[in-house]
Amino acid sequence: MSFISYLKDGISLGSIYAIIALGYTMVYGIAKMLNFAHGDVIMVGAFVILAAITKAGLSPLLSIILAVVLCTVLGITIEMVAYRPLRKASSNLAVLITAIGVSYLLQNVALLVFGADAKSFVTVINVPTLVLFDGQLTIKGITIVTIAACIIIMCGLTLFVNKTKPGHAMKAVSEDRDAAQLMGVNVNSTISLTFAIGSGLAAIAGLLLCSAYPTLTPYTGAMPGIKAFVAAVFGGIGSIPGAMIGGILLGVIEIFGKAYISSQVADAIVFAVLIIVLLVKPTGLFGKNVQEKV
Amino acid sequence: MAMLEIKDLEVFYGVIQAIKGISFKVNEGEVVALIGANGAGKTTILQTITGLLSPKKGNIIFEGQELTKIPAHKIVSLGMAHVPEGRRVFAQFTVYQNLLMGAYTRKDKNEIEASLAAVYKRFPRLEERKNQIAGTLSGGEQQMLAMGRALMSKPRIILMDEPSMGLSPILVNEIFDIIQSVSASGTTVLLVEQNAKKALSIADRAYVLETGKIVQEGKAEALLNDDSIKKAYLGE
Ligand SMILES: Nc1ncnc2c1ncn2[C@@H]1O[C@H](COP(=O)(O)OP(=O)(O)O)[C@@H](O)[C@H]1O
Ligand SMILES: [Mg+2]
Repeated sequence: MSFISYLKDGISLGSIYAIIALGYTMVYGIAKMLNFAHGDVIMVGAFVILAAITKAGLSPLLSIILAVVLCTVLGITIEMVAYRPLRKASSNLAVLITAIGVSYLLQNVALLVFGADAKSFVTVINVPTLVLFDGQLTIKGITIVTIAACIIIMCGLTLFVNKTKPGHAMKAVSEDRDAAQLMGVNVNSTISLTFAIGSGLAAIAGLLLCSAYPTLTPYTGAMPGIKAFVAAVFGGIGSIPGAMIGGILLGVIEIFGKAYISSQVADAIVFAVLIIVLLVKPTGLFGKNVQEKV
Repeated sequence: MAMLEIKDLEVFYGVIQAIKGISFKVNEGEVVALIGANGAGKTTILQTITGLLSPKKGNIIFEGQELTKIPAHKIVSLGMAHVPEGRRVFAQFTVYQNLLMGAYTRKDKNEIEASLAAVYKRFPRLEERKNQIAGTLSGGEQQMLAMGRALMSKPRIILMDEPSMGLSPILVNEIFDIIQSVSASGTTVLLVEQNAKKALSIADRAYVLETGKIVQEGKAEALLNDDSIKKAYLGE
């Protein structure tokens, strides 16, 4: 039963990575940039929920909605203020460095506002533990909620991208920005929408992450952010199903690595797997094999 | 008054000047050809007209409206469609989805079906392949799709950038027949071509472009019989 138990923990952790990875992969696919500040938006979301509940006394549901709204606004603002002015810049490096700068900015502002000491996160999600096989397998409520949230987000996003007009605009911009503009697609607002969705999802990821691992510091988002980035690359950056599969595989590998090999080197194993995948298939598991047009 | 008028246009790539003060016009109902060798600046001009590039100087006036200050995504709904060089169809979309993207800004939802039927009538091959992924079409089919996609916006003027590029002679004829029929149905055409002979054979008027400047202009017929044009562009 321990195998199943580890598997379930892995899928649960992986679901969180998947939700974060969706933000990375959509922004990369549509804006063609790596938003390294994405992980820190998770931390902001978690702090907003914590503060809304403990300081402002809001209900859990209202706090979650507030966090999603604030992170959405934060994401749009970061894009408009920090990235948009650089969009026509000749070097992608400028945008990358700016993203790293924004990441530090968010961490330092959180440090200033909330302090460096670890806060313990409140219980927001109250779902009873599921006990199966006469108590041989227990599944915590948060695990069920996390996996369910991941599935719902994945299905919702896939439907949105494939069935709605703004979704088609996103796909068109990701394929060919100029051709999309010739069709009348507003690239700036499409990129804003992408940041909005990714950042809103980051707030959800913050909630799930801190509910499963309830300590919160200004650096809480950094490592999951990096791992979700790895997951996005692993699945094929730019691909929505790739982010999902990449995230879950990464979570499972990490938990199995911790359980069966060594908890010290689990992270190293995660990165080693990434390197192997990229050596075998440089575009990632679901990456498009880019055909050079003549 | 001309439908489209370009005045003293200058376009730069960084410090390199690609368009060095160009003026020309397109009247309603005309087919106007812009011919010139590779690198003359034809694509740069079209991309500047539809806002993908910004000019350093000059005016672009379409039906009395200055376009240089209007962002690229607002141009198509003014009645101007651009079939870009190299087709630029959305490779991951189906033929049908590509055509719908052409109607992206249209508000007359009920009439989009009629436009779709008209495009399928003009390009029966697109209807046969409507559920095929555009990236798997042949070059000629992609060109038809790019033209069909542009027509889906119900343009009053259509700009075409080297529609015959890389196609077999039979397909080139087919594409030029279609351009003529698009023109006959009342759409004004600004045609950019390296295939000068073909372009001049269907155009009313033409401008000859050399390294960012217009060096000759006139009735297409006259240019077809001009000795210097014959030598430089028609291989005679
Ligand atoms: N993106 C670019 N960056 C720098 N120079 C460019 C770019 N695109 C075109 N050029 C230059 O501008 C000139 C005109 O190019 P273009 O408009 O593509 O010509 P044409 O379409 O007539 O072949 C050429 O000298 C070309 O090298
Ligand atoms: Mg060209």
